[in-house]
Amino acid sequence: MSLAIEAAEPATRTREGMLERLSPVLLISPVIVTTLVFVYVFIVLTVLISLSTWSPVNLAGGFASPLMKNYSALFSNGRFQADLRNTVVFTSIFLFGSVGLGLALALLVDRQIRGRGIFRAIFLFPYALSFIVTGVAWRWLFNPESGVNVLFDALGINTLLSHVGVGPLKPAWLTDPTVWPPLNEKLAAIFPSAAALQFDIGVPLALIGVAIAASWQLSGFAMATFLAGLATIPDHIREAAKIDNASGWTYFRKITWPMLAPFTVVNLVILGHVSLKIFDLVFAMSGPGPGFATDVPGIFVFEMTFRALRYGLGAAGSVVMLLMVAIVIIPYLIRNARENH
Amino acid sequence: MTTVETFQPAASDGKIGLFLQKVAIYTALIVLSAFYLMPVYMMVVNGMKSATEVSISTMWQLPQSIGLGGFREAWSRLSSSFQNSLVITVSATVLSCLVGSLTGYILSLWRFKGANLISILIIFGMFIPYQSIIVPLVFFTQKVGLYGTIPGLILVHVIYGQSINALIFGNYYRSVPRSLIEAARVDGAGVWKVYWKIILPLSPPAFVVAAIFQFTNIWNDFLFGVTIVPNPQSQPVTVALNNLAGNFSVDWNVVMAGAVIAALPTAILYVALGRYFVRGLVSGSVKA
Amino acid sequence: MTWELNRRSLLKTGAALAGAAAVGAAAGRAAMAAGKLEIFSWWTSGGEAAALKALTDSYAAKFPGTELINAAVAGGGGTNAQSVLQARLAGGNPPDSWQGNSGTAFFDQYVGPGFVDDITSLYKSEGWEDKVPPAVLDLIRKDGKYYAVHVGAHRCNEVWYNKKLLQKHDIDIGETLSWDQFFAAAEKLKNAGVNALSLGDNGIWANARIFENTFTGLLGYEQTQKLWTGELSFDSPELKEAMKLHLKVLEFVNSDHSALSWDQAVGKVIDGSSAFNMHGDWAYGEFRKANAKDGEDFGWVSHPGTDDIFIIVTDCFTSPKGAPNPQEAINWLKTVGSADTQLAFSLNKGSVSPRLDVDKTKLPPYLQWSYDKFAKNKFVGSSVNGEQVPAAFVQAHFDALTTFVVNKNVDRFAAALAEAQQAISNG
Repeated sequence: MSLAIEAAEPATRTREGMLERLSPVLLISPVIVTTLVFVYVFIVLTVLISLSTWSPVNLAGGFASPLMKNYSALFSNGRFQADLRNTVVFTSIFLFGSVGLGLALALLVDRQIRGRGIFRAIFLFPYALSFIVTGVAWRWLFNPESGVNVLFDALGINTLLSHVGVGPLKPAWLTDPTVWPPLNEKLAAIFPSAAALQFDIGVPLALIGVAIAASWQLSGFAMATFLAGLATIPDHIREAAKIDNASGWTYFRKITWPMLAPFTVVNLVILGHVSLKIFDLVFAMSGPGPGFATDVPGIFVFEMTFRALRYGLGAAGSVVMLLMVAIVIIPYLIRNARENH
Repeated sequence: MTTVETFQPAASDGKIGLFLQKVAIYTALIVLSAFYLMPVYMMVVNGMKSATEVSISTMWQLPQSIGLGGFREAWSRLSSSFQNSLVITVSATVLSCLVGSLTGYILSLWRFKGANLISILIIFGMFIPYQSIIVPLVFFTQKVGLYGTIPGLILVHVIYGQSINALIFGNYYRSVPRSLIEAARVDGAGVWKVYWKIILPLSPPAFVVAAIFQFTNIWNDFLFGVTIVPNPQSQPVTVALNNLAGNFSVDWNVVMAGAVIAALPTAILYVALGRYFVRGLVSGSVKA
Repeated sequence: MTWELNRRSLLKTGAALAGAAAVGAAAGRAAMAAGKLEIFSWWTSGGEAAALKALTDSYAAKFPGTELINAAVAGGGGTNAQSVLQARLAGGNPPDSWQGNSGTAFFDQYVGPGFVDDITSLYKSEGWEDKVPPAVLDLIRKDGKYYAVHVGAHRCNEVWYNKKLLQKHDIDIGETLSWDQFFAAAEKLKNAGVNALSLGDNGIWANARIFENTFTGLLGYEQTQKLWTGELSFDSPELKEAMKLHLKVLEFVNSDHSALSWDQAVGKVIDGSSAFNMHGDWAYGEFRKANAKDGEDFGWVSHPGTDDIFIIVTDCFTSPKGAPNPQEAINWLKTVGSADTQLAFSLNKGSVSPRLDVDKTKLPPYLQWSYDKFAKNKFVGSSVNGEQVPAAFVQAHFDALTTFVVNKNVDRFAAALAEAQQAISNG
């Protein structure tokens, strides 16, 4: 639905008319110029670096030969392959956790209960923290000997489990190098060349801890978005549901969930792109992890650029990160713009 | 903000059903709150311990004596960078919100050639991974002499913050009633007048949302702070906190206390303004 | 008419502003010249900061009246500092002096591109050339020219142990340690339910230390040199032996090793939950901080096979080209190169002064032992810190080790390291 104002309708030929036409553009021209330079020109420069042998200690470096050398090195690098696997796994778990939690929290908080404001503040506040702070705190919490595992004992959860006949819950969390299920062997039985795979296919268990910490931090944002969404459900629909004696579950399924759909999309897109480029949190929490179980492209780029001093390889990695984000974001942006104009 | 009785019991459930439901809800809320507050407890408690007492193996235990522990040391080491962060964050937040408001207004309400494309190009900027521009950014800031300066860092934050602000304000302004604007146009108001007289006065809820977003992102930024401002005298608090952790010989009680201190401004902001944040979102700042 | 007036006043204001700016800039530059010194390092906490303070205090005493700016950046084992430093150097914005390690990485990144000054004249005027062992000088000397001043040398190949804990289990460690002795002790401790070896390899480099100590000890001095010149490949039977040995050592480490940093691992030896820790003399600072007594609470010995080898990492300061305050920079170098300053530094950092003429008599027992080793041992630069190898190799080594620790595949590890080794010779 377009509310667009047409700039100056007839008198376009007069001086004032042209100024009228130009004014909107003029007013945002600084923004356009700075965005062009600081985003797009810089991206182009980074792409150029990824195709070259340039580095601060090799300022005269020219184009690489072959041109795509850094990219072939990137994709044949076992660590980066593991990073791509980790991105897929982490994003899936994290989105499920943070959006799911956000929805649950919004539904719980959005009712006439005492202390609603306090609960909402509690759930929202982790979003205010820096990733570095969160990383350090959860690194401690996930220590297998003395962290949350201690709570499992203290709260009697393990005694309960032993009654049921299941072993005590003492996950290794971030120190767990296990990739489950162990698919490589089975694949190698079918495709012999799979035995040469440089990384293990499956879910690195250590990522679960990282996803929990990230969800803890960002579910508040999802909750806030869902709260905004819940408030858009018109009163008359709610009243009608009351009159019809709709049960809670039916109401949720037929009314709440569909009406929240656009907000779910917003959450998935925004949190999804955050998870694709995540760096600070994982770096502070676990680093690359045992056997690269928690390594992500963001950390790879940082280490390759600033420690190995392979600026070209690091730039190639960051271009790949940019492409991943673009694939998620651009369709959303286009749809958004089309709807609004 | 309107509330929703999402899980509506059927009329036949009666008072007991309602009561049980309330108990279930409160229990869930309390359990979840414990999950969300547990790390805070851990950080505060360990921040209060002395350097020899703090250890990863005793993280849950209360300190032997209630004292300032690491807080005093953490504050003495963080206070100057804390002030830097205040200057940087407040300036950059105010500036980028003003810029974003104008940008969002024009992009959402004015039609001109290429508006669509420009919109997408500007807003896409908020999604890029900073790794893809950090190296050129450092060299550019050095070339123009802004490297290592607080104004330089502020400028960087304003530039990279304008995208998300344009989105927030743009979405918000789309819900401004057309009639108001039409009336002003009939009276001969141009681009600027409409903004000044009509749009700006309506903007406070969007400003709150945008300001909270910007303040949080800028206060918590680490990457730009550490690469653009290496001088400790001008560093933001996130970089100073990272220095507290250091490479070797970490005083964990000071680190934990420092983390708590560094988190205070944004935490207070959220607790105080959280209601407005949600209210602002409700008024349409985040549209699907 | 009004337009003209406005233009003139605009020009006037502009000129005034420009003039003010020019004066301000000149004043700024003049202010800089009046005694400032910016020191860049990655020493930000604990023993490091105290050690740095020893240096700056000494400087303030010898050259009073200078404003000292401490530009330290922590994190990533120096990675953050390195990235910041390189950005500054490439942008023509150097500090007055920076701290770094020496050796191959130093030559590649800073000497080659011309970021540091040749300070041979300083060495001659201060008479440093004959006070430091030649092999150590080679780490900052190329073609007879000197490019940095050593301030401390770390020995990487020690094994630390909790003496009281070992006594409780009837384990006695003498002047040297052999693998047989170590494994016997470790088995005994394991059977008694005690964690034999503590390791904190978050970031993997503490693990890389142990691996390097192990293969250096197994190969001996001559063969290790061949490794770094490329004559001996990583993909050889000797190295594979070392890799298998490394796996055997890792069987005795604490289960949460990947979550701990190296100082937390040393902490486990200090508080008695672990018996041994294999690390360089950075660990000494931890023991001192906890007020543990040399030789009573804890003991130390060379890593098996390395008693006659000093695996070295040095900290040194440079004279950057185009430093804003060159005279102060030279004064700084004179200070940190002097015997008394280095002694104070050594006490706080746990490292050894590279000067052979330092007065060791008042030093605590561990440092006495370490200084003795420095005078007698043969030197091998540590590959973990790029003393012998370029940065790209260090990263490749770490990455290959990260995978090896989990999949335990010796052949793959050897192949990966050999490939990285090839890359060095290919340039």
